[in-house]
Amino acid sequence: MNFEFSDEQKMLREQAGSFLRDKSPLTALREIYEGDEPYQRELWQEMAGLGWMSTTIPEQYGGIGLGSLELCVIAEELGRSLAATPFSSSVYLATEAILMAGNEAQKESYLPQLASGELIGCFALSEGPCAATENNLQTRFDGDSLSGTKLPVTDGNVSDFAIVCAKDAAGSSWYLVDLRADGVERKPVRSLDPSRDQALIEFNNAPAQLLGDAGSGWQLTSALYNRAAVLFAFEQTGGALAALDQARAYAMERYAFGRPIGSFQAIKHKLADMYALATLAHSNCYYGAWALSTDAPELTLAAATARVSATRAYNECASENIQTHGGMGFTWEFDCHFHLRRARVLALNLGSQYQWEDKLVTALEQRNQAAA
Amino acid sequence: MDFKDTPEEAAFRTEAHSWLDANVPRREQPNQTWASTLESKDSDNIVRLAKEYQQKKYDGGWACLHWPKEYGGRGASPIERVIWGEEESRYLVPSGVFDIGQGMAGPVLMQYASEEQKQRYLPPMASGEEIWCQLFSETSAGSDLAGLRMKASREGDDWILNGEKIWTSGAHYCDYGIIVARSDVDVAKHRGLTFFFLDMKSAGVEVRPIRQITGGSNFNTVVFNDVRISDSQRLGEIGGGWGVALTTLMNERVSVGDAPGPNLDQALALAETIELDGQPAIRNQAVRSQLAKWHCETAGLKYTKYRSISALSRGETPGPENSITKLVGATKAQEIACFGLDLMDAAGIVADEALVESDARFQLAYLAAPAMRIAGGTDEVLRNIIAERVLGLPQEPRADKGMSFKDIPSGA
Repeated sequence: MNFEFSDEQKMLREQAGSFLRDKSPLTALREIYEGDEPYQRELWQEMAGLGWMSTTIPEQYGGIGLGSLELCVIAEELGRSLAATPFSSSVYLATEAILMAGNEAQKESYLPQLASGELIGCFALSEGPCAATENNLQTRFDGDSLSGTKLPVTDGNVSDFAIVCAKDAAGSSWYLVDLRADGVERKPVRSLDPSRDQALIEFNNAPAQLLGDAGSGWQLTSALYNRAAVLFAFEQTGGALAALDQARAYAMERYAFGRPIGSFQAIKHKLADMYALATLAHSNCYYGAWALSTDAPELTLAAATARVSATRAYNECASENIQTHGGMGFTWEFDCHFHLRRARVLALNLGSQYQWEDKLVTALEQRNQAAA
Repeated sequence: MDFKDTPEEAAFRTEAHSWLDANVPRREQPNQTWASTLESKDSDNIVRLAKEYQQKKYDGGWACLHWPKEYGGRGASPIERVIWGEEESRYLVPSGVFDIGQGMAGPVLMQYASEEQKQRYLPPMASGEEIWCQLFSETSAGSDLAGLRMKASREGDDWILNGEKIWTSGAHYCDYGIIVARSDVDVAKHRGLTFFFLDMKSAGVEVRPIRQITGGSNFNTVVFNDVRISDSQRLGEIGGGWGVALTTLMNERVSVGDAPGPNLDQALALAETIELDGQPAIRNQAVRSQLAKWHCETAGLKYTKYRSISALSRGETPGPENSITKLVGATKAQEIACFGLDLMDAAGIVADEALVESDARFQLAYLAAPAMRIAGGTDEVLRNIIAERVLGLPQEPRADKGMSFKDIPSGA
């Protein structure tokens, strides 16, 4: 059995981790929180220089043509670092969507610039407070142009284009929309996590081109989300482990009643439970990575399992990290809130825990029916 | 990344599989247990059948795989041991009777007994001819094992044992036992312990079964009244018993994977068949959330184990990730048992096999589950171990630190 990343992939993880510790310390994140820049632009350039955006893009389109396992180890380190970049939108969603559904011309026109980081893309599904379904979508392509409102669109203000899931004559489809074009109005919205851009985008007869088969929008979204869920789960698990590290470090240095608080069983047991959840999530991510990299028929179940497990782990580790810090954990000055915010944004970005639990159990039911 | 065997591993698996196929029946369903196929659940019968199977394994060269050949083993690698375990679990074979002896007493003898003793005791332990038990816990010494009170007094070349041990699995059919006792009350608790082995038929040893919550009796109290043993049965130094006991505990196999009782698959099957609000219970979102959570835990433990196996396969030492296995598994088993009863609604109260779903297995599991969270290290001890050994947090200050054992408050 070889249920482990290869030595090269582990080396990539170490390099990514040490690069991010060096170039993206939490002080850099704090500058984004407190400044006007929407993301770490310089870091983005350097990440592009390392070829991270081009990881899974084939060489013919300017990529380096590695597999998704390499992307998984990068995702884990990005999650751990809390780096403020549009990587998840542009790479796990926009790039992946074009790889999945783009025609030759679309691949040639978008992928090389996505690979170099010059072009940033995002994915627009949600239309306000409720879970999007194929039926409740209001954004519409009328045969000529696109109209409707999307909220929130993660990285919508910093992206050059969006892939929009919209209603049309065929049911629902994906549309590629240039966000700099006429007919597109976008503005930043205040959100839980100031280090991740969120936009309200209004399309008023915006030019749009079909991406993938007409009528396949919902099916494609579901397939895209399965793939992205594994990568998000790696980011979430990386974040959970980082929050656990913060809690652990504080428990060792903070004294109360004459001893380090980490010597109290109340704190030890809390941290042990955080470790258990993060470990379960990590192992489920491994399986998700395997399913993603081999395009296994189990991908839906594997992705949902990694996703549900990682969401639970990051939520728990982020909030219990604050609890371990006591009052200081509630201050703006301490770094604990970065995880509380990011945990929620990652948990909601691809749909809520209820939806993924439902998807997971449906996949189990289908597996059992197939076996019977 | 893949789940494939190396060519050597595949060859070993085929050999194991062929031997098993030729000698024992396969499980018809994944969750079928050997005990459930027995006509009589009489424990003498179980022990006799277990001994027959163990002897077969021994003759075929499959007993105590990782032990050296001269002591009855096969000299197998850790990964071969894992592969054997995976293959054997597909068959209906007796289990449990030899685990403590071979898993805990064996390694201690291997490390501390004289060559002559090893030659005498290890091969019959491997073949199942002689069964060993472990006499550690006492009524007042469980998680705080080093606080044990069983008294060992020196008399010439002998030792006299007096006191009581508890939670000894299989003491009533065991031939030998390993025991840790207090040889000095004037020093700190960890330093006054000495380790021995003894013949369970020694004069003055009395085994009394303990009746459990479930009504069954898998454990015993063992009373020692002036039991005389030779100093040659001492393992390790006088006062060095704690170190020897730790070696043993490191080898304690806490495998909840084989714990009896319904797992996620059975919980899901029940939710598909039982109605809640006029539709199959599985359509209920709260039910789905619970099932999803247990699947994440079940799968997470499985893939955590795969990560460890992969390390073994590469000849590396697995990381600390397996330390979560019993902690997560035991609570999950307890939750699933309770969930089953909830789905049955008021009938969840009924424990008559003829009247409720799954032969009342959820009801039995509900009563049996608390044991899993205690045996082999309580949830609380396991959390301490994770916090201290994995996360490196400091130990809790101890009220008995540096005190002579006789001065430690006992609340008695």
